Amino acid sequence: MIEISSLSKVYAEATVVDEVSMVVAGGSITAIVGTSGSGKSTLLRMINRLVEPTRGRVVINGRDAATVPGHLLRREIGYAIQGHGLFPHRTVAENIATVPRLLGWQAARTRARVEELLRIFQLEPAEYGAKFPHQLSGGQQQRVGVARALAAEPRVLLMDEPFGALDPIIRGQAQDDLRDIQRRFGTTVVLVTHDIDEAFRLGDHVGVMSRGRLLQYDRPAMLLTHPADPFVSRLTGTADRALKLLSLTTAAQAMEPGAAAGDGPAVAATDSLRDVLAQLLWSGAAAATVRRPDGSAAGQVTLAGILARGRSD
Amino acid sequence: MVQALHARRRIDRLGALLGVVAMVAATTLPFVVFKANRIASGEPRSLLAALPSAPLLLASVALLAVAAAFVRQARARLAAAVVGVLTVALALAWAADALTPAGNRLVRISPGAGCWLLLLAFALIATDALARLRPGPLARVGALALMAAAMWAAFAAGLFDQLSIMREYAVNASGFGRELRQHVLLALGSVGAATLVGLPLGITCHRVPRVRGAILQVLNLVQTIPSIALFGILMVPLGALATAVPLAADLGINGIGPAPAAVALFLYALLPVVANTVVGLGRVSPVAVDAARGMGLTSWQVLGEIELALALPVIITGIRIVLVQNIGLVTIAALIGGGGLGTYVFQGVGQTAIDLVLLGAIPTVALAFSAAVLLDALVDLTGRAAP
Repeated sequence: MIEISSLSKVYAEATVVDEVSMVVAGGSITAIVGTSGSGKSTLLRMINRLVEPTRGRVVINGRDAATVPGHLLRREIGYAIQGHGLFPHRTVAENIATVPRLLGWQAARTRARVEELLRIFQLEPAEYGAKFPHQLSGGQQQRVGVARALAAEPRVLLMDEPFGALDPIIRGQAQDDLRDIQRRFGTTVVLVTHDIDEAFRLGDHVGVMSRGRLLQYDRPAMLLTHPADPFVSRLTGTADRALKLLSLTTAAQAMEPGAAAGDGPAVAATDSLRDVLAQLLWSGAAAATVRRPDGSAAGQVTLAGILARGRSD
Repeated sequence: MVQALHARRRIDRLGALLGVVAMVAATTLPFVVFKANRIASGEPRSLLAALPSAPLLLASVALLAVAAAFVRQARARLAAAVVGVLTVALALAWAADALTPAGNRLVRISPGAGCWLLLLAFALIATDALARLRPGPLARVGALALMAAAMWAAFAAGLFDQLSIMREYAVNASGFGRELRQHVLLALGSVGAATLVGLPLGITCHRVPRVRGAILQVLNLVQTIPSIALFGILMVPLGALATAVPLAADLGINGIGPAPAAVALFLYALLPVVANTVVGLGRVSPVAVDAARGMGLTSWQVLGEIELALALPVIITGIRIVLVQNIGLVTIAALIGGGGLGTYVFQGVGQTAIDLVLLGAIPTVALAFSAAVLLDALVDLTGRAAP
């Protein structure tokens, strides 16, 4: 858990972060979204004290961050950034081992952890461990960057536009991987992005920042249905917010008893209602059958049910 | 037509040109210069006149020239060129032996234009072949060691003892080791001191952009002062220091001698070291530095493990530039009593004894060449992993 209270950063000419207070729940993903210059990166960098706050407090898992020397604090917190920042003169394995080495881990433990992470990120240790970063593709470099941030099993992971340099297809894959890994390790993730879709896709909570202020901090659905500020509704987009809302709900959540008529498409419980709606429009059916992984029918999602959920209350 | 084009492409143009140069040099230019004594005027002697076995040698030079023109494989070309250089060197030694009457210590034999041109042609063929082979850094150092060993063996065996340059060496043998050591000491010492001072200066320039312009401008100004002028300028304050502080004089600091030479060489070395440090650090990815800080490296660790490690090839390139430059510049230090191999160069100029000039110049060139090869190898080894 990260408790941020009245955190401000003032440079001589400008207030970059202005009295931000928020509580990031342990084991969740919080996405902070805003335009460039909104202060979101500075807010993130004040959590691990790459930027020293002018005022305010950051408490991480019950300990005031200001009471620990900055570099020791940062060794406990994962850090992944846009453009991966891998060290070009070190191999993939050496890059991932950076923080374990700083913490003085035994060589065997470090090696085991590096191999475990490479496997989790679908990079065969024997093949990729000894490669240099420039020998990898962009997507692989980004995965190594995240693996490196997770190497010392941090309870908190900070990410600054981690997927910003990836093309759309690899980007989607990387986002899915992040979700899986975050669930697997129960890591508390704070992620900064300028992409509202990415924030909605990944964030359990989404914070919207503009001109140094945190305008709204809530569940994604609440940002769509109850925007606290005109800027929030502009950012989330008014034209397609019904579709955005549907994309935040899974078929399981809208499931009704029964099975669809013979011409209805089959969907999975984890599919978003937006995808289900698209299938219904394409097939012309009024209901879709939700099938379990073994193929048996679990229930149905009807067009009327979807429409009811896409409407503002 | 197509066949003719094919045929033409089978000839190596550079090799053919150098082969022709070698043949012309061997047949028409004087191979050695014969002097009855040190100050007599020289008489040119062609290869045919100088050596009884000349026809055999001419035939082998012709064969090697043809090989240079037609053999395409780089290894074979390199071998031919090395054989060529060795042949010419041996022919020179034999010619000196053949032309010197037994027991005569006055006769002077020097390499002539033809000999130099032959050596140059084969050396260029070898360089071209090496450039195509692209040997790794360790292979290049190995080749350098092999060359040095061959040279040492030739001198130890007294192969060139009848040559004029070795006669000059024999006369100066007692002092040669001392001047060589002084030369190396001045070059290495000034570059070492410039690295010790330049590295922190360069890091300061990188970290504090405000002082960068001032520091680099001052160093640029130093670089523009001609070397002899700088030696002269330094004589005044160092001389005054020696008079005012007797301890300084006891330590060997004086208006003339090695002290002003060392200071001037140090000042010349400073700009390339500082400038390359600044450029090298500036090229380090700021994202990698941010990541390093974000993962908890201390600022010293960021500097040592990331910034300097990544800038190292560029910094060593700077050191290579100044080391080669200073090995040459030390020669001029002899003018103000700094010692070094320049002593022989200026003595030779004063006595119009070209062989004495060469006794100073050839080891200087060999030193600079070796330094360049060694540090280039180091640059390659440190920059191996960089993209």
